[in-house]
Amino acid sequence: MRAGSHILIRSLDRGAAVFLIAVGAIAIVVPLLNLALPNSSFIHVSTYLVTLLGKYACYAILALSIDLIWGYCGILSLGHGAFFALGGYAMGMYLMRQIGSRGVYADPILPDFMVFLNWKELPVYWYGFQHFPYAALMIVAVPGVLAFVFGWFAFRSRVSGVYLSIITQALTYALMLGFFRNNFGFGGNNGLTDFKDILGFDVRSEATRDALFVVSCLALMLGFLVCRVIVGSKLGKVLVAIRDAEARTRFLGYRVESYKLFVFTLSACMAGIAGALYVPQVGIINPSEFAPGNSIEAVIWVAVGGRGTLAGAALGAVLVNYAKTTFTSGMLAPYWLFMLGGLFIGVTLLLPRGIVGTLQHWTAGKRNRASAAAEEGVSELAAAE
Amino acid sequence: MAVARALLVALTFACAVVCGLVFDQAAADAAPLDQAIAHFTADDFDETLAGVNEVAASGSARAEIIITALQNGKLMFSAEKKAVYIQDDAGNLTQAATGQTVGGAPPDDLDNVKINNRLRGIIAAALGQLTLLSRDPQKRYDAAQAVFKSRAASALPAVEAALAKETDGRIKRALEEARAAIALNRSGTSDPDKLAAIKIVARRGDQDALALLADIPAHESPAVARAASAAIGGIQTRLSVWEAVQNAWYGISLGSVLLLAAIGLAITFGVMGVINMAHGEMVMLGAYVTFVVQEAIRRYDPALFDYSLAAAIPLAFLFAGAVGILIERTIIRFLYGRPLETLLATWGLSLILQQAVRTAFGPTNKEVGNPSFMSGAFDLGGMVITYNRLWIVCFALAAFVALIALLRWSRFGLEMRAVTQNRAMAASMGIRTSRIDALTFGLGSGIAGMAGVALSQIDNVSPNLGQGYIIDSFMVVVFGGVGNLWGTFVGSFLLGIANKFLEPYAGAVLGKIAILVLIILFIQKRPRGLFALRGRAVEA
Amino acid sequence: MSHTPLSKIQLNRRRLLASATGLAAGLMAPRLAVAADTIKVGILHSLSGTMAISETTLKDVMLMLIAEQNKQGGLLGKKLEPVVVDPASNWPLFAEKARELISQDKVAAVFGCWTSVSRKSVLPVFKELDNILFYPVQYEGEESQRNVFYTGAAPNQQAIPAVDYLASKDGGSVKRWVLEGTDYVYPRTTNKILEAYLKNELKVAPEDILINYTPFGFSDWQTEVSRIKAFGSAGKKTAVVSTINGDANVPFYKELGNQGIKATDIPVVAFSVGEEELAGLDTKPLVGHLAAWNYFESIKTPANLAFIKKWHAFIGNPKRTTNDPMEAHYIGFHMWVKAVEKVGSTDADKVIAALPGTQTPNLTGGTATMLANHHITKPVYIGEIRPDGQFDVVWKTKELVPGAAWSPYLPGSKDLVADWVKLNCGNYNTVTKTCGGS
Repeated sequence: MRAGSHILIRSLDRGAAVFLIAVGAIAIVVPLLNLALPNSSFIHVSTYLVTLLGKYACYAILALSIDLIWGYCGILSLGHGAFFALGGYAMGMYLMRQIGSRGVYADPILPDFMVFLNWKELPVYWYGFQHFPYAALMIVAVPGVLAFVFGWFAFRSRVSGVYLSIITQALTYALMLGFFRNNFGFGGNNGLTDFKDILGFDVRSEATRDALFVVSCLALMLGFLVCRVIVGSKLGKVLVAIRDAEARTRFLGYRVESYKLFVFTLSACMAGIAGALYVPQVGIINPSEFAPGNSIEAVIWVAVGGRGTLAGAALGAVLVNYAKTTFTSGMLAPYWLFMLGGLFIGVTLLLPRGIVGTLQHWTAGKRNRASAAAEEGVSELAAAE
Repeated sequence: MAVARALLVALTFACAVVCGLVFDQAAADAAPLDQAIAHFTADDFDETLAGVNEVAASGSARAEIIITALQNGKLMFSAEKKAVYIQDDAGNLTQAATGQTVGGAPPDDLDNVKINNRLRGIIAAALGQLTLLSRDPQKRYDAAQAVFKSRAASALPAVEAALAKETDGRIKRALEEARAAIALNRSGTSDPDKLAAIKIVARRGDQDALALLADIPAHESPAVARAASAAIGGIQTRLSVWEAVQNAWYGISLGSVLLLAAIGLAITFGVMGVINMAHGEMVMLGAYVTFVVQEAIRRYDPALFDYSLAAAIPLAFLFAGAVGILIERTIIRFLYGRPLETLLATWGLSLILQQAVRTAFGPTNKEVGNPSFMSGAFDLGGMVITYNRLWIVCFALAAFVALIALLRWSRFGLEMRAVTQNRAMAASMGIRTSRIDALTFGLGSGIAGMAGVALSQIDNVSPNLGQGYIIDSFMVVVFGGVGNLWGTFVGSFLLGIANKFLEPYAGAVLGKIAILVLIILFIQKRPRGLFALRGRAVEA
Repeated sequence: MSHTPLSKIQLNRRRLLASATGLAAGLMAPRLAVAADTIKVGILHSLSGTMAISETTLKDVMLMLIAEQNKQGGLLGKKLEPVVVDPASNWPLFAEKARELISQDKVAAVFGCWTSVSRKSVLPVFKELDNILFYPVQYEGEESQRNVFYTGAAPNQQAIPAVDYLASKDGGSVKRWVLEGTDYVYPRTTNKILEAYLKNELKVAPEDILINYTPFGFSDWQTEVSRIKAFGSAGKKTAVVSTINGDANVPFYKELGNQGIKATDIPVVAFSVGEEELAGLDTKPLVGHLAAWNYFESIKTPANLAFIKKWHAFIGNPKRTTNDPMEAHYIGFHMWVKAVEKVGSTDADKVIAALPGTQTPNLTGGTATMLANHHITKPVYIGEIRPDGQFDVVWKTKELVPGAAWSPYLPGSKDLVADWVKLNCGNYNTVTKTCGGS
């Protein structure tokens, strides 16, 4: 469909290999530098940095999941943070149950926030979360089922474009309001916190943090591979076709709804896993993760890195969050919003393809550039409607 | 001034006489007043209470002035000098007892006589008795209401005297109600009198009447108790009917706020296809314009304060509109046809604008006052309508009508519609489309700025103001149907009313969640909103 | 704030384009050699986002206190160096920034947090890295951590005295209560405590208590206010106890004023409305409504007048108000300075051990003492709103009230005590004689 697209794919493949090797190398080197070297060593990596990178890796998985549906299928979800947070809550519930009687009130069953709100028994939906396999299932199932139901209704009714974006926003907003309610039984505004153990290991120990970091990197690599395989397959071609001309694809006989539903649900599951890995590393899950602004920001990571380039999405997530970490400290703190805002505007105006998209564009031949640019414009328009 | 003073003296004197509060009928000489106001130097609430009662009872011409000063926090004292003063707005002191100007520097330990809520109630009651015969009808009415609330038996003679003289029907009714309230509250009223009083109070039929009737002791005779409970039942039925009307009004009022916040967006988002995440910040800028205008007025001519909004509305429109045009020229125009990238860029812009305002004005809330015509409330049947909400509803409707008229009948509106419908055709007809784009964006932003003026009257004026409205605005526009101003109009009022009818049953949080779920379900049913645009354009 | 490495400031486009490995290298870049003659103090308050409205002031007051201490020669012969970070009202970012302050910047103590959730989010970090947090805001209690010192009020230092006052003759002998709050943990817990207190101690009937919650940032109060009005018309004196969170207060009070609910009819006593919040309001319709705090700007003591003067000079704006959490930081900072001087070290363990028992004058003429449960003694004042946006103190406790970490009115915590001196435990169960959670 695109002249010379085989070159692009080949270069992406090379890019994919570079990406996987880079993430894999970081996953090996960083924990080694943290654990094996003494604190005084020049190249010692602090636990602070390990935790920070682990958090970035989770954000990168979330960005991948958004890029899969937005970059390749044209579904702009402004509520993906909801799936991320639901996965996080499922993990948080497991971690809360692991505290057991070590809570401040020493109640063997009830988490602390239920004790001081004078709840007598555990709500039914908390049952089973003390078992990790069940919690792990829920981490994937809850976001997946919600996305399936939501998508089933939305795609069947052919809700698309901004309408879909806005109702995903309504979804995450409604969930945020709900989780803020203490009566929902998820700890209200304070959320779930003060975790002790994960699978029997102390979440606060350095080794556990390194392990979580490695797992996050592996999940990122795995997620990346899954997305690569999907977009490289025939299924991926259909997705791109839906993105660029939904009506035409439908007339060709493809069941557009089913394709969309599949990829949307898969993406929600990925986001849920990202959230689940995120929670033990930051130590808290709270309803503000559902805030509509968070979901919008995640979309922006993808745009900054390069929509429709998986490595770009991951890189965008890391870069923007790195910028946030840096700008919010020291002399720059009062001005960090100016810089972040400026970054978003600058990237949109100067690098409309995002960072990786622009790099790919440069490496592609001059001849292809002209035709690709023309198509890019069309596809973006179509995706936006 | 002198005439007024003389009148006041005469009135207060007359009042004091008829009140029957004068212990020493012979003369209102200075001695009891001096004794009375000495209580104020003790800096103790019980002492101040005694002081109020004695001043009110002294029958002095200064009583009303002193008690009013106390109510307004202008009664000062010096414990060292054992002296009590009244301070005027300019800070000058006069002797409380005599009204003589105090020369020289004020005492070092000068402080105002403190009052608490209990005292405020007693002061209001005392002033009520003192002002029942005031020349100002509103003051007389307020005084009657104060007596109704205080139910103080000591006010009965004053109420009777006032009733005898009153000619204004409204005030007369208020006085009768006050008399009935006193009769019901004090012991020793005969049953027939009580029944008559219950009838009068029941006629009033509001929540204060309900409070009074509910307070009738249980040991009353069966007839009185029956009459009271019947009256309570009647009032409650009436109030519950009015409650539904009240909810509808609240819904309209919330709808008008949504409409104001959303119509600007309906233009930039609906007509131009620009997802402007900085729309809320335009609203916020409008609110800050109001603040700046009010600050300027406070500094240079406080008398003009009531006109501050009249000045702020066009200024906010122009300022936010200018910012909008600037944004369009520097950012948006490079992004036409890429609506999702406008989302990204305007999100960045909203962060910058928020932080810019935070840096310029500080992070704290700014005080934006209500002009006098927007303060307070009036009763309409069994419901209360606050003036600020009423004005905002009117303003929202006016803004909407003006906008529709502009699009329908002005040349700019015609050109704007032409560009929206077919850009290429419009351009070939000689319309400068880029100029229209800039002006349209400016118009949408300017309306958001005006919305900010209205919202400054009911909400925080802080850098976060816009954030609270952006999501709701998008919901309204999408619910109503993108590209259709009437959809936005109907959508905002429907959502507002639905929200307010749900709120009493489900609570504020669940009500809001229910509305969001309803919107999600509704969009499944009608994927392009309430008023979907038809035609080929939407399929492009 | 010269600690910021140059590598971080020179963030330009090329840097943004750096590869992932380059990024890691950038993060690993060693910070500029720390000058050994300073003691770093972390300031962890949101300077952007929704909480900036309250927290920015606390950052400023900390900078003022530190500058003042430096003028007097610093601490242990060294200068104090403030390290300011912006957690941006984002709770995971609070945890990240706390970790950064402690492990990267190596601060000796941190002053920060406002909301309960921000405190909860940083708690594990302080435990893990063993540092000190001074928390300056009134909160719901039910917590006592070894690494945290609570200089704000516990519920027994604010909520319960306020209710006692309203039930007294001077407060209007209130018989009917509306507990109106924002739906989060502080109002929920406070209202649970108050409900138990009202029922058990003041013998209030259940039908005379109305509890209602609204979401954060709620701005359309019409229905709620008219419901309060209706509830108040049952013939008994009614009062509202408000635990409404910062942002939602201005529209609440505006609606109250416009619907004509006067303090003489239905007084509202608030626990989160101070001078700073009132600065955004026309207070004339609100005269007489109440607030319960441990400090008011209008209290005329020499210490307070001097503090206000310094604050105005520091901030360069004579209109800026002072408020209760600022006093809490004032007390907390001076206690920390005293404890550090006493042990001659900024070592966290030593300072934590030295802090209980430390005394320092507060701004209202009393002496604050750090208790073994890491809360402090405070006077309780009830103030009525004045037309100028300040408060008139109408009532105060005769003696200082010691902060209680655990409420005796909640079934879950009635047997718990916190004592870090003798028991070395924040939640010792007096019935089972065990320290929970250890």
